[in-house]
Amino acid sequence: MKDILVLGIESSCDETAASVVRNGREVLSNVISSQIALHTQYGGVVPELASRKHIENINMVIEQALSEAGVALSDLDAVGVTYGPGLVGALLVGVAEAKAIAYAAKLPLVGVNHIEGHVCANLIEHPDLEPPFLCLIVSGGHTHLARMRDYGDFEILGRTRDDAAGEAFDKVARAIGLGYPGGPKIEKAAERGNPHAIEFPRGKVDGSPHDFSFSGMKSAVLNYLNHASMTGETVRQEDVAASFQAAVVDVLVSRAVGAAVELGQDKLVLAGGVASNGALRRAMAEACRREGIALCYPSPVYCTDNAAMIAVAAHYHYIRGERADWSLNAVPNLPLKGETL
Amino acid sequence: MKIVGIESSSLVASVAVLEDETLIAEYTVNYKKTHSQTLLPMLDEILTMTEQELSGVDGIAVSEGPGSFTGLRIGSATAKGLGLALGKPLLAVPTVDAMAYQLFGCAHLICPIMDAKRQQVYTGLYTFGEEFCVLRSARAVALSELLTELAAQEKKVVFLGDGVPVSQDEIRQTLGDQALFAPAPCSRQRAAAVASLGLTYLQAGRVQTAAEHAPNYIRISQAERELARKRAAAAREAGHE
Repeated sequence: MKDILVLGIESSCDETAASVVRNGREVLSNVISSQIALHTQYGGVVPELASRKHIENINMVIEQALSEAGVALSDLDAVGVTYGPGLVGALLVGVAEAKAIAYAAKLPLVGVNHIEGHVCANLIEHPDLEPPFLCLIVSGGHTHLARMRDYGDFEILGRTRDDAAGEAFDKVARAIGLGYPGGPKIEKAAERGNPHAIEFPRGKVDGSPHDFSFSGMKSAVLNYLNHASMTGETVRQEDVAASFQAAVVDVLVSRAVGAAVELGQDKLVLAGGVASNGALRRAMAEACRREGIALCYPSPVYCTDNAAMIAVAAHYHYIRGERADWSLNAVPNLPLKGETL
Repeated sequence: MKIVGIESSSLVASVAVLEDETLIAEYTVNYKKTHSQTLLPMLDEILTMTEQELSGVDGIAVSEGPGSFTGLRIGSATAKGLGLALGKPLLAVPTVDAMAYQLFGCAHLICPIMDAKRQQVYTGLYTFGEEFCVLRSARAVALSELLTELAAQEKKVVFLGDGVPVSQDEIRQTLGDQALFAPAPCSRQRAAAVASLGLTYLQAGRVQTAAEHAPNYIRISQAERELARKRAAAAREAGHE
């Protein structure tokens, strides 16, 4: 059977990325140009600056992805691009670029949902993994508990009612003076802290066992800090980080594993930036081992925003004959297929 | 030489194909800002209709700005993608230059004005002698300041651009008979003008690679402005201590 080569392009937030993937599983190149240094001085991603950086870097990133893979555009079978969800201005750069490349190179174009891409990142390093499986998608913008019934087809079981898990990490990191990006900084500080020092609430949504709520946990941290500053109590940054992280991990593990048990799912995959959190991985692995559930999560490089995962997702749409036309637009609030907003 | 022109700096979405002195096709819509959805289908339509292959193109001319940041990026990313796939150079034409270029042979001053928000217009100043003359290149300036400068020149000025409908009264009040207004066929951005000026760039070797091209916004972003203001205030404070 002839190999299928897909070029993936991703620009939904603050990483400009391109990748070539063979047969939906084998990554031939994975180029990521991160903008973290630029946004750090603003304490978070500035959409206009992100868009400007994307347009400056995108051709170099794509050209590097092609040359590292050792392929020319004429060797490709399709171009896949993230068209949502994400920052509209940032998405538009990748979408316009991908459309023009596909059009000029006479290649089929496939639009990819960024969240689906995160889930598909697991297919890269787990060659035998096939849907259906349960997935926990946790990132700066999203917290979803879903069942991937088939490639590109999801059943949403639960989602956050307020902040995304990664967003809560960012806000707490800012509050305790760790700065941006919050996830890795909290994880690092938590290594030297006591996760039982402060008992933060484990947020839940009444009547919705699969939904999440993180704003209450974040407020509890802020209240704790206020109270400490009024009473002159010393705050150990490391203990707050460790205790907050433990609370988030607890909630994510109990919801995900609880759902797997309840629904009789024997495979659970983690996806999104927060899936690279070591404490979450360890706790999830332990809970899954107890329940006899197979757990998958991607390497950190495939947890962060990348284009390999977009090329993988695009591959499965491509082989099913799904194509975008030249009017493909960026959709900042794009739902997963099977999801109702 | 064959040039594709792309213009999406404002409400106007426009694409054109030019071969030397002949405009083969142009598609211009001044309606809604749906450039992301419409620009490439418009290009596809004119190429198909005129039986053109993109592979025969020698350069991609793009309206580089100033203008709507998002609009500029849609045009720019489209041009960069075409340039990457075709291995052809980009020709970055200042938006206001291309607007003025439509008034070929006009010996008056030519002054495009685009609504730039924040009480400013994007503008430039041009005229035609033997050739197209750029008297003042693209900038953002308060309309009142621009009109004061123009009044001092004591020459007729032809205004064009989407800044005209909102500023016409103020222009007439300040400049009176000195002010003229371009008629509809040459009063807004057009990709034919971008392509036509772009052809002269290609002939002069004034080219960019698709990789190095980026829009010329003229303005820094709001976040950068605020950060600079904050830092300046902090520096002042430190100076007082």
